[in-house]
Amino acid sequence: MSEDILVARNLVKTYTQRSGRFGFGSTAVKALNDVSISLRTGKTLAVVGESGSGKSTLARCLLQLQPLDSGEVLFQGQDLAKLQPSALREMRKNLQMVFQDPFASLNPRMRVGEIVGEGLLIHGLGSVTEQQKNVVAMLKRVGLTEADMQKYPHEFSGGQRQRIGIARALVLQPQVVVCDEPVSALDVSIQAQILLLLKELQQEMALSYIFISHDLRVVRHIADDMVVMYHGQVVEQGAVADIYAQPAHDYTQNLLAAIPGKRVVNG
Amino acid sequence: MAVNLQTEHSAKSLPLLQLEHLSISARKMPNRLLVNDVSFSIEVGKTTCVVGESGSGKSLTALAVMGLLSRQLQRNTGKVLFNNADKGVVDLTGLDDESLRKLRGDKIAMIFQEPMTSLNPVLTVGYQIGESLTTHLGLKGERLKNRVASLLEMVGIPPGRANSYPDELSGGQRQRVMIAMSIACEPSLLIADEPTTALDVTVQAQILKLLSDLKTRMNMGMLFITHDFGVVADIADNVVVMFRGEIVEAGTREQVLGNPQHPYTKALLACVPDAEGKKQLKPIDYAWLAGEKAQAVAVGGMHE
Repeated sequence: MSEDILVARNLVKTYTQRSGRFGFGSTAVKALNDVSISLRTGKTLAVVGESGSGKSTLARCLLQLQPLDSGEVLFQGQDLAKLQPSALREMRKNLQMVFQDPFASLNPRMRVGEIVGEGLLIHGLGSVTEQQKNVVAMLKRVGLTEADMQKYPHEFSGGQRQRIGIARALVLQPQVVVCDEPVSALDVSIQAQILLLLKELQQEMALSYIFISHDLRVVRHIADDMVVMYHGQVVEQGAVADIYAQPAHDYTQNLLAAIPGKRVVNG
Repeated sequence: MAVNLQTEHSAKSLPLLQLEHLSISARKMPNRLLVNDVSFSIEVGKTTCVVGESGSGKSLTALAVMGLLSRQLQRNTGKVLFNNADKGVVDLTGLDDESLRKLRGDKIAMIFQEPMTSLNPVLTVGYQIGESLTTHLGLKGERLKNRVASLLEMVGIPPGRANSYPDELSGGQRQRVMIAMSIACEPSLLIADEPTTALDVTVQAQILKLLSDLKTRMNMGMLFITHDFGVVADIADNVVVMFRGEIVEAGTREQVLGNPQHPYTKALLACVPDAEGKKQLKPIDYAWLAGEKAQAVAVGGMHE
């Protein structure tokens, strides 16, 4: 099972930025410059780079949350960029996203049960009672309780909210999950819990992850393959162990050298 | 009073800052201690890292040193003894607002956590850096301008950027501006509250290097608050681990990281992923809390 579930070829995305006096002029910023990646079935592909390197743009473009300028995204052989809107919406239940900021990505006016169940409702999966059952099961799986369904997001801590975000993404039984810095807003102690949860769920549900992060210690722990991005371009890609052992590109070497606590003792 | 303390402490080599039995609570609930009986000291030219999860009282301790606790909070007990080189040891908690203001920014400076929100958006960064120089050292005109330029250069920002507003700088540059502000008067104690948490790894590495260079050059003592053990391993001389307002373990970096004694320190270390990927990641475990009361007292006694 080492075939690729998601392949992106030659992605280009350009933003225009106002510039010049009073912002009358405009300059083009290439957020993605001929980016090609592939995600193996059941594996985790990490995308690393500093802020502004195009990591999040890549995530959004893969899921067609933003239109691409050119390039193709193949999911099970189908080009997502060319799908009709309705067909794309149908496809979305296979492709889900866990967002970075657990404080901003949950609707404060919806109950947790509604947030998690919304996808099931939209895609019309099962009867109301079945949907309810699925939501409860998913919440329990990520470590929350049935009583939490009636609560609002503000009643939860950051780690619990990230669990809600994960439950929301996974309740649809997707095949590919894009995690955009899912742990960077969390304490180290909570971070480990969420990472372990993601890993367990990957095994249980046969998920393939695209994992965006700037923390190379986290990447080393969770990913199988990695892509290093710099100024909108992929400068290096391969297996995590290989790249950590022998970084070829200057930028990757810099990134690895910047990991704090190289001398940290194994606790 | 200052004289008394001087003689009392002059027997040992004087630490730069000494916290003694500091307790903080909300004014409305004086029995619920947010910081409970915290004592530790910082040596001249050394870095003490305070580590803990959010809510463990790290930042409150730092704010209490500066006398910047918000009005809803109060200091129940404790002393903050600061060794002010030429004027002897003073208890910061006993000072009035005026004398405290004279120390802040001059002898004791602080870098706040969020570079995005702690700079004033309507003033140029040059003005903000110069403010403490004018207040404490009375610098004006050309001399002030030169000093600001050299400070900016020291933290790696082109001096020409002095006329920029904070929104024209990147996150890393803003944090550098915060550092330039805090070291402007060459303080003997620098308090840094998670100065790199909001930054990229590469920028973080630069800032940490800058801080340790400055520490050596100016012989500053540093109180560094963080929750990242990687950062601790890089810069700390001494480490204090806090949990729910109490110190659970304190010692040198080698002791705490290499041979942690307290179960909480062990649990916290176990959930930090390492760069080699050899370590088994463990979720934090509070099981030790159950039968812990007795031992907590014993550990508490260890660091006087």
